[in-house]
Amino acid sequence: MLLPFVLAVVLSLTNVRLGSPVPAEFVGARQYLRILDDPTFRQAVFNNGLFAAVVVPLQTALALTLALLLNTPLRGMVVFRTLLFLPVIFPLSLVSVIWVLILAPGPDGMLNSFLEFITFGHWQPRNFLRDPYLALPSIMLTSIWQGVGFQMVIILAGLQAIPQTLYEAAAVDGANRWQQLYRITLPQLRNTLLFVILVTTILSFRLFDQVQVMTRGGPNDASTTVMYEAVQTAFVRLQIAKGSAMTVILFLIVLLLTLLQRHLVHRSKADRQYRGERKP
Amino acid sequence: MKRPSTILLRITILLLLCLGAALFVSPLLVMIVGSLKPDEKVLVEAGSLLAFWPTEPSLQNYRDVFRRADFIRYCWNSLFITGTVVTAGLAINSMAGYAFARLRFKGQKLLFGAVAAIMIIPLEAIAVPLFYQVTLLGWRDTYLVQILPFAANAFSIYLFYTFFLELPREFEESAYIDGAGVFRTFFSIILPNAKPVFATVAILSFLSHWGVFLWPLMVTSGEKVRPLPLGIAMFYTLPPLQWGDIFAFSVMMVLPVLVVFLIFQGWFVRGVAATGIKG
Repeated sequence: MLLPFVLAVVLSLTNVRLGSPVPAEFVGARQYLRILDDPTFRQAVFNNGLFAAVVVPLQTALALTLALLLNTPLRGMVVFRTLLFLPVIFPLSLVSVIWVLILAPGPDGMLNSFLEFITFGHWQPRNFLRDPYLALPSIMLTSIWQGVGFQMVIILAGLQAIPQTLYEAAAVDGANRWQQLYRITLPQLRNTLLFVILVTTILSFRLFDQVQVMTRGGPNDASTTVMYEAVQTAFVRLQIAKGSAMTVILFLIVLLLTLLQRHLVHRSKADRQYRGERKP
Repeated sequence: MKRPSTILLRITILLLLCLGAALFVSPLLVMIVGSLKPDEKVLVEAGSLLAFWPTEPSLQNYRDVFRRADFIRYCWNSLFITGTVVTAGLAINSMAGYAFARLRFKGQKLLFGAVAAIMIIPLEAIAVPLFYQVTLLGWRDTYLVQILPFAANAFSIYLFYTFFLELPREFEESAYIDGAGVFRTFFSIILPNAKPVFATVAILSFLSHWGVFLWPLMVTSGEKVRPLPLGIAMFYTLPPLQWGDIFAFSVMMVLPVLVVFLIFQGWFVRGVAATGIKG
């Protein structure tokens, strides 16, 4: 795994093309400058960023809400947990195909008629996947639907690890539910939430399957992503070196996010307490 | 958290959960119901409540799938690739994790550092050069190329490592006194005590691998070695567009996994929760 990565960096500094008779030469950093100058690639980075900026908070908030609801000791919670987790076991390509039908254009489309129903007929049917403003949000919706269960289960485990004594003490002190949520639950969940946010952010930058199946980056690059561009460059245009360089940029983004998370976790007080308890 | 005090609060929580569950399950119901309908009805009825009701139910779509695509082939490919990745992964990663946790050898720190570094490199970041290597080696369109890069997995090693680290050393010491070697100790003493971590790793590697799409898309071209996730994507683009058939394909693709999941759902949930605790 490390070897191919070194190869990726080396390749990215050349101009190798698959099946090209011209011998490869070293082009150095010019490769990166050219990529960063390419409006389509910039659009792709922007789309990934926008995707993360929308999906990460929305999905985390939804997962947290569901986990809090599930954490109440009522009967039947296992059934709800199972149903909400269900989409996680579905491959993304399959989920994308199902959502193509849900997002079908025209008044007979499922989402279109649902929106028409809840707005009492005010909704104008849209062609979600061909609309430059709605293509990426449609992919966002699909991704949240598939991914929220995964986060929910991790957060639920985090909730169940919070010592009951904290809530009992708070109740004795007369704290109400909201105060308990803000003063105990959220601070105790800090590291779990940081982890979940990191994983979702990284997944946002790796976005590919849904784009390939649902929109192929269109219309007019409105839903293209870094990974989709890298694959297009390497396989359709056969510019292996340029594609490699794009994935190196992707890796740098992922690395930066991981380092940021590590930094935040290590700074957290809860983490220090946790380590203190564990050390003999 | 303590039990909700008022009836009203309890009802609100249950209602919200029912609403959530309905939103999450309805696309799946549409898929199952759609697979039983005549092709031309699926899209027409998607806009009404009929989407949840099989009008003129038949199994024709299922017969059509077998006629129009080599479903058995995709299924076998997926089964073989995922099965090998999971079982080979369990063997390789558990031994590696054990070696890091218990044995002392030269270069251990360096090697462990490498494992930790690899954990943060996503496959996407190396996919293109890896594809280039594979092409030079002439390994495209094989099972091997779909298995080899995934069997050894840094995160699985890490999960095994932390598990073995917390296992009391007394287990092994008595075995060593009885004259057992490292391998004997590992197989007869450690393995029987490590079932939970094996289950966790097996489920996680299954979940992350059976939906894999990008890599097989890059390194395979025909349907000979392609797995199900590519199968459904290809079947969806196969003209004419027949939603009944597509849904029949989907149902057959997920039904076995769905059954396994419903039986072992507790294990699945614990496995996924472990990523949050260990990560």
